[in-house]
Amino acid sequence: MSDRDLALYRKMQLIRRAEEKIQERYSENEMKTPVHLCIGQEAVVVGVLDALSPEDQVLGTYRSHGIYLARTNDPRSFFAEIYGRSSAHARGRAGSMHLASPAHGFLGTSAVVGTTIPLALGAAFANQRRKNGRTAAAIFGDGAIDEGVFWESLNYACLARLPVLFVCEDNGLAIHSPAEERHGYDSIEAIVERFRCHVARSDSTDPAVLSDLTREAISKQRETGQPAFLHFRCYRYVEHVGIAEDFDAGYRTRASFEEWKKRDPIQLVRRRLLEGGVERKTVDQIDQEIERELESAIALAKKAPFPPASDLEKDVFA
Amino acid sequence: MTRTLSFRDALNEAIVQEMDRDPNVFVFGLDVPDHKRIFGSTKGLVERFGKERCFGTPLSEEAMTGMALGAAISGLRPIHVHIRVDFLLLAMNQLLNMVSNFRYLSGGTLEVPLVIRAIIGRGWGQGAQHSKSLQSVFAHVPGLKVVMPTTPNDAKGLLISAIRDDNPVVFLEHRWLYDVSGEVTCGEDGIPLSKTNVLRRGKDATVVATSWMNVEALKAAEILSREGVEVEVVDPRTIAPLDDGPIIESCARTGHCVVADYDWSFCGFGAELAARIMEKCWGKLRSPVSRVGFAHVPCPTTRCLESEFYPNAVTIIRVIEKKLGLKEMDLSGESFYTWESRFRGPF
Repeated sequence: MSDRDLALYRKMQLIRRAEEKIQERYSENEMKTPVHLCIGQEAVVVGVLDALSPEDQVLGTYRSHGIYLARTNDPRSFFAEIYGRSSAHARGRAGSMHLASPAHGFLGTSAVVGTTIPLALGAAFANQRRKNGRTAAAIFGDGAIDEGVFWESLNYACLARLPVLFVCEDNGLAIHSPAEERHGYDSIEAIVERFRCHVARSDSTDPAVLSDLTREAISKQRETGQPAFLHFRCYRYVEHVGIAEDFDAGYRTRASFEEWKKRDPIQLVRRRLLEGGVERKTVDQIDQEIERELESAIALAKKAPFPPASDLEKDVFA
Repeated sequence: MTRTLSFRDALNEAIVQEMDRDPNVFVFGLDVPDHKRIFGSTKGLVERFGKERCFGTPLSEEAMTGMALGAAISGLRPIHVHIRVDFLLLAMNQLLNMVSNFRYLSGGTLEVPLVIRAIIGRGWGQGAQHSKSLQSVFAHVPGLKVVMPTTPNDAKGLLISAIRDDNPVVFLEHRWLYDVSGEVTCGEDGIPLSKTNVLRRGKDATVVATSWMNVEALKAAEILSREGVEVEVVDPRTIAPLDDGPIIESCARTGHCVVADYDWSFCGFGAELAARIMEKCWGKLRSPVSRVGFAHVPCPTTRCLESEFYPNAVTIIRVIEKKLGLKEMDLSGESFYTWESRFRGPF
């Protein structure tokens, strides 16, 4: 149990600290890319990806630093991309909002809500044809379920029995609009359950719980051929885009944050590790390693060259 | 081997050949395997390749386009079919936000071998939402190839190349061309994209035409030829990326150019052509580049207004006469294409 928790802790802490580094340095104005931080939401991505195998494909959104780091474990490439350097996977073209690493099965992201969901269907269609047993997961926010393409994709995946995992990472907000101001219904699960689809829901901030639910969904999917929809609630600690808190903006309260903060995913797993007998220095050592890795990644990124002007017109076509 | 084929059979042959050759190719879209088979262009596919490689879809254009992208980056080669280009507008988010830039944003690591076939068309009261062509809209966005075949030979040869291309290709097929037959000479390797083709040689004026307008331009050239005016008809065939070499060469030689684009002229592909010809043939033009296109209104349904909406061979003849300072010919004895003679609808 503690080994699994240590791995989950490490991944979440890597994501949290990487984003806190962005917060610390953003005002230097060297990361010239809008950032959508997932601080507070780490358990969902880390939990879901823990249940997937490395060969399974993942699609994300513009808030996908977490997927990138959890999947690649490569903060060097991550910061190179954020700093717009040629050493990054996409050579600075992607920035924060279009992160991907197809070599790691992280096929793509998009800055337009809901837009990557059907790509998971395409990956799943290819998996189905190849009978390779892989799952394709689309991870999206709750704003995406307001989009027609979510319903189109859900319908088709259920019709064609595609091995797709729909993961709604629900932080309760589409930018600044809460669900109750956007939904003409009370329960998304109640609706999705009417499709030929498995449904699970959780408010947990424990990545192990979310990982188990995801595993269960995948095994049901494999047994029945029906896709699965996972509705995992979470809380975004900072503003929609940018690095700051915005509890004074009026669309949510600091009290709601304080409630969720009591169940902060990283603190939750850390406490469980220590209570389960893992030595504090073991956990601290993980923190220190992450610290060194991130500082080194940032230093390397800042030293890396920018792409040359000749890069501009490359790769429009194959 | 040279054979005479209809445009629809030429398309069908290209798809059959490529599906035979490459098991990763599949065809899908609304009503692709129904009894009408996309005006016959997908006939025999489901019988030959099965439902796994030829299937219909719900009316979910955005999701299906996204699925095609997902399949393409996973190593398959989808052909997604829209029976009207107007329906493709429902997928513009995928097309312009995702499909077109996916490779670029991947740092050049991903390939997107995706063909989007869309039928364009006119006539017999198709009205405002079944009559667009939109090539300039697609061509405006970097990362999409846009192909508009005119002849059956090009239909086959260019579709083969589009399927083999590792980039997204929007393939626009004019409904009226489906009934046109012609010699098909292209071999198994198809005809390369981005190669402009001269359909008729001439020394007095150049008409650069797209899709159906080539049929009108050839008719205009035939009639003018009887008056001793030799018109060169140039078909770009691929709108983007454009091979403008033969266009520039022709216009510089004849000194007179009419751009007959099958679309609205305003902000259209014809404007792009006119600009390039002006930039590259400056000093060699003997008259300003003229544009022929749709009236700048939504397409009306009633026949009398629809006839006004579309330019035709007569429009081209009159423009050329004016450029060359000729008297207007008497065209009363000429027989022009009418859809009463060839196309009775309803679709």
